[in-house]
Order: sequence, then structure tokens, then C-alpha cells
Amino acid sequence: MGEQQRPVADLTTDYDIMDPGFVRDPFPAFDEIRESACPIAHTERWGGSWMPTRYEDIVAIAQEHETFTSRGILVMPPVPGAAEGAYGAVAAPPITSDPPDHHWHRRLILPVFSPQSVAKYEQGTRDLCNSLIDEFIGKGTADAAGDYAQHIPVRVIATMLGVPLEMETEFTSWVRGVLEQGMTDPELRQASRMNIIRFFVEQLEDRKRNPRENDLITDLLNAKVEGAVVDDIYVLGVCNLMLVAGVDTTWSAIGSTLWHMAQHPEHRRMLRERPELWPQAVEELLRVYAPVTMARIVDHDVEHQGCPMKAGDRVLMSFPAANRDPRQFERPDEVDFEREHNRHVAFGAGIHRCAGSNLARLELRVALQTWLERIPEFELVDPSSVTWAGGQVRGPRRCMVRFPTVATPA
Amino acid sequence: MGSLRSVRVTVDSGSCHGHQMCAIAAPEVFGSDDLGYATVLIDGDVPADLEKKVRRSEANCPERAIRIVD
Repeated sequence: MGEQQRPVADLTTDYDIMDPGFVRDPFPAFDEIRESACPIAHTERWGGSWMPTRYEDIVAIAQEHETFTSRGILVMPPVPGAAEGAYGAVAAPPITSDPPDHHWHRRLILPVFSPQSVAKYEQGTRDLCNSLIDEFIGKGTADAAGDYAQHIPVRVIATMLGVPLEMETEFTSWVRGVLEQGMTDPELRQASRMNIIRFFVEQLEDRKRNPRENDLITDLLNAKVEGAVVDDIYVLGVCNLMLVAGVDTTWSAIGSTLWHMAQHPEHRRMLRERPELWPQAVEELLRVYAPVTMARIVDHDVEHQGCPMKAGDRVLMSFPAANRDPRQFERPDEVDFEREHNRHVAFGAGIHRCAGSNLARLELRVALQTWLERIPEFELVDPSSVTWAGGQVRGPRRCMVRFPTVATPA
Repeated sequence: MGSLRSVRVTVDSGSCHGHQMCAIAAPEVFGSDDLGYATVLIDGDVPADLEKKVRRSEANCPERAIRIVD
């Protein structure tokens, strides 16, 4: 496709979120746009979009959910003419819901993700992290992304959903099909989406025949709103969201932060010597390595900060750009575990704030803690060989590290 | 009575969207309801030794939902 080859003329009018240089390191482009006369850039590429880069604009748009709707949330336009039959209406509530439905869509799932509820996954996540490390700790080398980070969120989410852990490879491949390769390959994106929906249709049928105790899908199928049982299409949507939003995102955050830690022995030492810093260190790492960019669809023609936005236009919500705005954060590119002011929006803002944020934080903290306990010293094998995914979700996909091997006591 | 100051703190439930960043900065002062929205755990004045943490909570809320009354 032409847009992949044509060089970018001017970032403020022609940015390309799939440009290989931008995927590897988008921050110089964000900085250039943010400090230009047009801090809300526009492009015709990939179906066209607006891209605000200042914290204040991104938070304001997130909070103005009536003008900037969530009827489309992917950074790429929908696949034209996709035939989905009965499943065309399966969305990803509540992230794709607008008020008034958004309210009950969210209330039904928030209790599952409260800090109190997700705490029960901590020990299982720690055991999982340890078992992954057992596989490579004797080798002195590992792919921190592919051998470690990639396997953690998918298994936690599969456990929560009560679906077979043995299908991890399929789940990961479907999610990457929607959020990574599917960005530039609409047919793959559509096929991956249908794989996910078909899988959960079978799971719903199974739960109807064999209801389970303490089972999220069974509970969702039995949930009532104003006395009426919720539709299957809602339950399918929630399952779709949990898988698509709960896997690539947290895996990317774990990978990015290990990539950081591999290059910053002073930060590893600081967390070892002052473990009380862990909670705020996780927030700071989330600020600097926010993995997710969302989108909004403009509801009606509106002029926003001088930009003539039309009904139906797509607005990219680059939370990574917001989190590096020097107007909001002093020394924005520096990781500072003792930062006092950190209103980061790695999980978004407003009514669509990530519902799974407490689980994501827990997974990120436990994955990093377990790695640093077992492998306190490590470094990148070759910084130039690290590969990154970008677009909707940013994080390393291959990140080889090496570390001293310790002889196990007999 | 010296330098110890106590403050009162409130959360605007209309603005809170459950980021939980206040509870991360000051777990002694902020908690979570069943849906994950912030609650204030302390009735009345916040003890002076927690003031620094409360200020940090205010400075970490992305929705600016926390009010500190000196």
C-alpha cells in the first residue's frame, strides 16, 4: 500500500502511526507535534485521524464523552463490508458503550476488577511467573518479551474467564491478529475477531448446559438489569473485551518495563533497597511506558482547539503522548520513582478509564518483582535487535537479555 | 500548637472514575468501594503525619477529584 512507502512530509498534517521509525520510538514525533503550532495533528493516512499530543487536550477529550464517543475505539477504521451475520452487534462493552447503556455495562463488571477482587490472583500470578523463570534461568539468556511477559496476562485472563489454559497460543494469536498484524491487514483482523467470537459462543453454550460455581461467564449469563436477564450479545462482548484488552496491553507493559530495567541497574538497586517504593514505581513506569492508544469518534461537527472536526472523524487518544507532556510532568522522559506529581493517564481518563487497571497493576508489579528476585542482574544482549509493536498497543515483541547463571545448591 | 497541621479531605464522587491512585499514594486515608471507586477511610481530620501522603494523593488524581481543606 502506498501509504507505507510514501515518506512523511510534515508530522502535523501527514503523520503515520505505522511508520517503522514511529513504531520503534514515537516520542520524538510526539514532541515535535506537541511543540508545533498544531499540537493536534491530522493525517489522511489509514482512513484519516486527528492526534492530540498535549495532556490537557487528551484528558479533555476523554472527559467529553458526549462529543467524543466510543462507538469506534480502534485506531484503524472498521473493515468495510465485513459480513458477520448474527454477530455483527458483538462489541466490547463497556469500553465501546456510550451512556446510558455504558452505566450498567460498567457496573456489572467493575466489581470483578476492584482492588479487593483482583487480590486473589496475586499468588497464582507469582507462581506462574516463577514457573516461567524456571524454564530459562539456567540458560543465562532469555527473551524477556517472548519467553516471559507474553505468557503472563493471557493465562491470568484465561483463569478469570474459566477457559482452557492450553489454548494460550490461540488466544495470543487471535489478540495479536486484532491489535497488531490486523492493524494493516483488515482481513486478518476480521478473521481473528470471528475466531474470538466463535470461541466464546461455544463457551456460553457450554455454561448454559453446565452452569459452574464461582464462574465469571456463568455469573454474567445470570446477571439481571432491572429484573431482566442480560442478552448473550452483552456477555459475548464482555468476554471479547477481557481477552482483547487484557492480554496484549499488560504483556506490553511488562515487556517495556523489563527493557527499561535491563538498562537501569540504579533502578533495580533502588527497588531492592527501598521496597516501599514499589507502588509508586509501578505508577511511574506506567506513565513512561503507557502501552495503549485508544480512539474516539466525533459525534457532531465541532471546532476543538481550532481544529475543524467533522462528525464521524476518528481521534487518536495517545495516552503515551499525554504522559510525556512537559506542561504536566517535569523531566517527562526521565523515570523518577520519587515523583510527587503523577496524574498519568496510562489507563485513560473519564468514564472509559480502563476497567481492568487494578488487575494490570497487580500483574505488572508481580511480574517485575518476581523477575528481579530471581534475576537481580541482567542486561540487553543487543539493544538494536529489540523489536517493537505499535499502533494500538506499544511494547517489545523480542527483547533478548543475558544474566549470570547461579549454580543450584545440591 | 506548633507545626502539626491537620487537614480534611473529600473525594468528588461525580469526578472519580476509580483510578485508585489516591489509595496507592495514601492507603491509610483512601480505600475502594465494591466498584473500585475511591472512599475516604478517615472520619474528620486526617492526622498531621499523613498530610504529606494526602497531598501526594491529590497530586496523583488524573480526574482532579480530591479536595483538601486546610
